[in-house]
Amino acid sequence: MTASDALQNPSPAKLVVDHVTKSFTTERGKLVALDDVSLTVAEGEFVCLVGPSGCGKSTLLNLIAGLDTPDSGMLSSDGAQITGTGRERSVMFQEHALFPWLDVLGNVLFGLNLKPGLTKSDRIEVAQYYLQLVGLQRFAHANIHELSGGMKQRVALARALAPNPKVLCMDEPFAALDAMTREQLYSDLQSIWAARKKTIIFVTHNVREAVCLGDRVVLFSPNPGRIREEFRIPLPRPRDINSVELASHATEITRALKAHKTLTAPQE
Amino acid sequence: MKRFLLASIFFLTLVVLWHVAAVIKDTPVLFPFPLDVGRYLVDAVKDGTLASSAWTTMTRLLLGYAIGCVIGLPLGLLTARYKVLSDTIGVLALGLQTLPSVCWVPLALLWYGQSEAAMQFVVIMGTVWSVLIAVDNGVRNLPPLYVRAARTMGSNGLHTLTHVVLPASLPFVVSGMKQGWAFAWRSLMAAEIYVTILSGYGLGHLLHFGRELNAMDQVIGIMLVIVLIGLLADKVMFSPWERFMHKRWGTAK
Repeated sequence: MTASDALQNPSPAKLVVDHVTKSFTTERGKLVALDDVSLTVAEGEFVCLVGPSGCGKSTLLNLIAGLDTPDSGMLSSDGAQITGTGRERSVMFQEHALFPWLDVLGNVLFGLNLKPGLTKSDRIEVAQYYLQLVGLQRFAHANIHELSGGMKQRVALARALAPNPKVLCMDEPFAALDAMTREQLYSDLQSIWAARKKTIIFVTHNVREAVCLGDRVVLFSPNPGRIREEFRIPLPRPRDINSVELASHATEITRALKAHKTLTAPQE
Repeated sequence: MKRFLLASIFFLTLVVLWHVAAVIKDTPVLFPFPLDVGRYLVDAVKDGTLASSAWTTMTRLLLGYAIGCVIGLPLGLLTARYKVLSDTIGVLALGLQTLPSVCWVPLALLWYGQSEAAMQFVVIMGTVWSVLIAVDNGVRNLPPLYVRAARTMGSNGLHTLTHVVLPASLPFVVSGMKQGWAFAWRSLMAAEIYVTILSGYGLGHLLHFGRELNAMDQVIGIMLVIVLIGLLADKVMFSPWERFMHKRWGTAK
């Protein structure tokens, strides 16, 4: 394999979540994080999972990433059952999770170094490509603690993209950033998604963010975690988070979210 | 350069003060002049005693320390990983770490006699526990997110251990190894002062003979050498790691 082979877009994967249940035992008893959840994500689709805390959206993301296993039901990627983590499914976390003992390039190389069939110079070439893609080519040899919050998440994105996965799982990756930085990252992520053709699962609290990024927004409700409603977002891309059309979609989803909250309030 | 100059002035002043104090005291047997100590050191270098004892001490120390680290490091990884081991070996280590390592000397003598093995034993006991506890601590303080992130990139088992767990614990491991070094160094000196063994005289023995012969210039000279070796070891063995951590983690030096 050469560097250019390693940079070829793989066909994005189709994800199937089939009647998945997952519960956790906590100090306050059993918590049903996911209750019989089914979801199909098309090849190359950008799906946002939205809902209040404890609704199971992050749990579902962890299951798709293979970091956890379901109690019952099955998950598959391109027809193959997900039984653990895999290079074809990368994850980006809310905290950047970059390794402080490596420089920026070293972090991007971490996953690449585990990918067989590439020479050292190929790996570096691939890593440099992704650093350029996120606009940090000049920071290849910077230390992690020298970067701003937004830059750290860019490195985390480059690191997740570098092994060339078919699926990208993003767990509130922009939640800790300031608004300005976030808006820049929305447009960057959209163009990267267009260029690299990934199936993306994006977990967020932020309805506007979900509408800005997703082809589809899946609304979850907690106790037990279930899918409440789904919304297609037919807006053209690239989308601007401040546009009026986007705001009206966001309002609709927010209303649904609130309606559901009042509905369940007496039971809680 | 400026730092070097400042340090030089500081130490020169110390020597001058020492000289003045010796002149005032006027009992060279108990309070020798800096020049006497210097003369002793020059002689000791010339006749080779200093080099041979420093060599003897350093080989004991480095060998014992290396063995201590080789034992302590994996044990620390294991106690951090398995509850059974942390409840047993972990507690034992915590207890034995509080035992001043010079306390191992009588036991070592009874077990191994006046031999090289007794010296090694004392050094190893001084090293193992603090290295073990530091590694254990480092691994426990490891953010779980690092391991999860590594898993998503296809790392597991031995690769995670060597490429994530160990480097992430580096600040703890280095400080533990530094402490282990200090303990080993102290316990070896104590052992050499108390125990005359036939397999080679170390710096501690020279110190001991200095006392026996009432040779204060020798006592102080050897003390200076011990301090210098300690400083040098710190610079050679630990400073590069500390500089690396300072650079990467952005922690204060």
